[in-house]
Amino acid sequence: MASVDAISNRPAAHRGLRGLSDRAIAWLFIAPTMILLLAINIFPLFWTIYLSFTNYASNRPNRPVVNVGLRWYRDILNSPEVWAAMQATAHFVFWTIVLQTVIGFGLAYLIDRKFRGHALWTTIILIPMMLSPAVVGNFWKFLYQPQIGLFNHVISFFTGIPASSFEMLGSVALAPWAIVIVDTWMWTPYVMLICLAGLRSIPDYIYEAAEVDRASKWRQFWSITLPMALPFIMLAVLFRGIENFKMFDMVTLLTGGGPGSTTELASITLKRQAFEAYRTGYSSAFAIILFVAVFGLANIYVKALNRVKQR
Amino acid sequence: MKTILKTATALATVGFVFAASQTAAQADELTLCWAAWDPANALVELSKDFEKQSGTTMKYEFVPWPNFADRVLNELNSGGKLCDLLIGDSQWIGGSAENGYYVKLNDFFDKEGIKMDDFAPATVYAYSTWPKVTPNYWALPAMGDANGWFYRKDWFAKPELQAEFKAKHNRDLAPPKTWEELKEIAEFFQGREIDGQKVYGAAIFTERASEGITMGATSALYPYGFKYETTPGKYDMEGAVNSEDAVKGLEMYKAIYKCCTPPGYTDSYMGEGLDAFKSGQVAMMMNWFAFMPGMAKDEKVGDKTGFFVNPGQKIAASTLGGQGISVVANTDNMEGALAYIKWFSQPDVQKKWWALGGYAAHNVVLNDPGFKDSQPFAAQFLEAMGGVQDFWQEPAYASLLQAMQKRLHDYVVADKGTAKEALDGLIVDWTAIFKEEGKL
Amino acid sequence: MSAALSTAHSVVEPTVTAKRVAAAVVILYALISLVPLLWIFATGWKTPPDSISYPPKIVFNPSLEGYCNLFTTRTRQTSEYIQALGPPQGICDKVTRQREMVIAGPSNYMPRFVNSLIIAFGSTFLAVSLGVLSAYAFSRFKIPLADDLLFFILSTRMMPPIAVAIPIYLMYREVGLSDTALGMILLYTAVNVSLAVWLLKGFIDEIPREYEEAAMIDGYTRLQAFFKVVLPQAATGIAATGIFCLIFAWNEYAFAVLLTSGSAQTAPPFIPTIIGEGGMDWPAVGAGTTLFLIPILVFTVLLRKHLLRGITFGAVRK
Repeated sequence: MASVDAISNRPAAHRGLRGLSDRAIAWLFIAPTMILLLAINIFPLFWTIYLSFTNYASNRPNRPVVNVGLRWYRDILNSPEVWAAMQATAHFVFWTIVLQTVIGFGLAYLIDRKFRGHALWTTIILIPMMLSPAVVGNFWKFLYQPQIGLFNHVISFFTGIPASSFEMLGSVALAPWAIVIVDTWMWTPYVMLICLAGLRSIPDYIYEAAEVDRASKWRQFWSITLPMALPFIMLAVLFRGIENFKMFDMVTLLTGGGPGSTTELASITLKRQAFEAYRTGYSSAFAIILFVAVFGLANIYVKALNRVKQR
Repeated sequence: MKTILKTATALATVGFVFAASQTAAQADELTLCWAAWDPANALVELSKDFEKQSGTTMKYEFVPWPNFADRVLNELNSGGKLCDLLIGDSQWIGGSAENGYYVKLNDFFDKEGIKMDDFAPATVYAYSTWPKVTPNYWALPAMGDANGWFYRKDWFAKPELQAEFKAKHNRDLAPPKTWEELKEIAEFFQGREIDGQKVYGAAIFTERASEGITMGATSALYPYGFKYETTPGKYDMEGAVNSEDAVKGLEMYKAIYKCCTPPGYTDSYMGEGLDAFKSGQVAMMMNWFAFMPGMAKDEKVGDKTGFFVNPGQKIAASTLGGQGISVVANTDNMEGALAYIKWFSQPDVQKKWWALGGYAAHNVVLNDPGFKDSQPFAAQFLEAMGGVQDFWQEPAYASLLQAMQKRLHDYVVADKGTAKEALDGLIVDWTAIFKEEGKL
Repeated sequence: MSAALSTAHSVVEPTVTAKRVAAAVVILYALISLVPLLWIFATGWKTPPDSISYPPKIVFNPSLEGYCNLFTTRTRQTSEYIQALGPPQGICDKVTRQREMVIAGPSNYMPRFVNSLIIAFGSTFLAVSLGVLSAYAFSRFKIPLADDLLFFILSTRMMPPIAVAIPIYLMYREVGLSDTALGMILLYTAVNVSLAVWLLKGFIDEIPREYEEAAMIDGYTRLQAFFKVVLPQAATGIAATGIFCLIFAWNEYAFAVLLTSGSAQTAPPFIPTIIGEGGMDWPAVGAGTTLFLIPILVFTVLLRKHLLRGITFGAVRK
């Protein structure tokens, strides 16, 4: 079987008029992507790192820029507000992942039973994730209103608790759960799809062999289904985790970070510092810290994921 | 596959051509940016005269209040050319003047004979000058405004309620003169059944994201004696921001929030208050005078609405709103923009502005003997403007506002700490900001 | 039907009861998760007072006010003024006058929607194009430091959008790309291309090299082989990647709200600012949300088979 290298070493006779060398094609194909990423991702990243050591404020472009060393980093790591925001973010990420994984995998498993019409219902379940998170946050604010919104009245209908007696968005205890519920509603279909792909990738013959060995359905689930779907589940957890760590739009429009700062996630604090207080230097440092955190965690996670894949 | 590719390419080409061909504004057009609220609609009506006179086409960019500051300040900071004229909030003057976003209008005023003396001094001070108390003008006072109150005078007039209230509190059920009276009235109405519906005491400002709760709470703080600095210009906040009286004022605001507001009003500002009042949920509503003309004409509650000025306590004080109209420095149509300002400053235009529902700041309107009777809220407006106080107008105002929003919302809505702790914490936040600014 | 054949299927086929239970649970979940959507859709057909009535109205008189309010700006006028105008022109004029209001002009919804179309489809096209080219190169050629480059490409997605927006805001300000469709297209492309490269590399890896090699032996150049042989094979992957990129760009909010204001603003920052005479104009918001969902819904339903394939990114092998 001819290898790629053999082909690219073909004599010049096979390179026609329009034929560029493979080397040229490789670089031609990659260059635009790299240039774009350099311009829009890498250069700004370095600029951010530079800014994080200065006192630059984007609403005072004419003020002289002063080097402040590690002051912002120290301030941020010592700031109780920042830690509160990280905690709110951690709570959000943890619970959304748990709920979405459990419900998503459960749904995928049931859909994999392939009952009649499952394709249609799968498509219907997918609809929430096609909406804009900002628009979702906005209209769930409407749904959560104790008097005119649907949510409280539905709960009241099923449990008898009066609709006006609790406020999902205004109560310090309930607001963190309000945002978890909305995110779960939106993104469980996504996790479900990934798990479904995972379940479908398990070949039938493995189950047949297990049946021959008279393994119970329960046993089959734990020894075959779950382990073989695990890489997919972990992938879903990774993607949802990264996305929810960055969460900004849905929560901003749903609670604005309130009540007080109960649901002020890291990105919301960042936005306030960067685009309302215009503390560009400070927020650049915060951005770097967040990036390093996600990058580090993702790195560790992906190594674990690769090990699971190789089993 | 091929068809999809072809269609996609076509669409993309169209898109790129369109994107690349975006050009600047056409000749003789002006874009005026303001908040999206009743007075803006009135201004559109008013400006039709200008369009006829000058042949300039007016375009408008109205942004709802919760997003107005964010959107416009970002636009100004990024050197955008969206707005030629901007009716910007009074607190933006410091930053906009110092960063060169607004055109300094002194020379223009002198040339055209526009005198600042013709406008109410409170409005010139608040909406036009920076630094304060200097004759440097960056805006023409466009819209006078203060925080006031709306109430259901039909409910207040019900004989059975009047009797009950009088028996309980030994005075008539009437618009309150102090915050303590306000609270009593709010408690009186809270949870009462009126006309078959459960109603609540009052709708007040609790909005977290932009400026809502600050505007609301200061309406209680100012009458109790809250001040920003002990000595104006020295940034000495200790004892002014967190005086015992100030603490009492803040506690009063929270008490009213806790006892006497409708459920779910944890993040409410102008729109939510209007909805609550119009749908008959509340007996009293805190809101800007700007909404009074519209409310007086409302089909449901117009004739049932009364107005009262912000209650005093130790002093009479109201939270200042209102805006001045400025020319954005990097406009492409400087002549047109200045022509608009000139037209707007004329006495008969100002009179028509008031008639259409805008709050003219020109003396020819305010000092007119018939002014007080021209509208059911005119007298209250004059009274309010006599005692208005504004938030910081510093260039760093956005950070100062953010800090206050957080401290207030944490205390009032999220039940964190005491009023004293909130105000003490606020001083700490503000000191840090002023230090960064080099003012302390 | 399946009962009679229950003994004749493979042993891994679930039992009828299992299928029924599964169906019941899934359908129940689907219906519950549809309720908020149906509510918002219904709200688009209510009158503003109905939309904020308490308790919420499930049965109501449908009205076109939501959709009319979405597309127009209106002012309140006195009845005399309205009488003095001629007869209403068009159905929205009629609806508006019933509320004692007059249409003052078109709203910004259509321009924002069009901006969304241009920016989202433009950036998707660009991201997928660049992505498929780069993915092919990574897949077929030995690129130095390929694995590291690929991980680096993916890691560009790990920064919170606000964090990325800070320098981009400054950069665009200098270069004059603030509030331009071009600026937004470039930004979204850059964000999407990383995902596109990853997804498409997985798909292209699965296309056996023999096909291109056979074509090249037959005299095609590599470029021709790429366009005529590989691309058609990768159609599924391209479709799946296209959907994901489109969904991201179509629904994006953070960059749009920070980097655009008038000319290039898309629909997501606009819809939550649609206010009526008091607070939010919920029927108009409902209408706007419904209309905004339709293109994505259509696109996704048409390509739903590819979506399933794409979701695993080829990153996990059988």
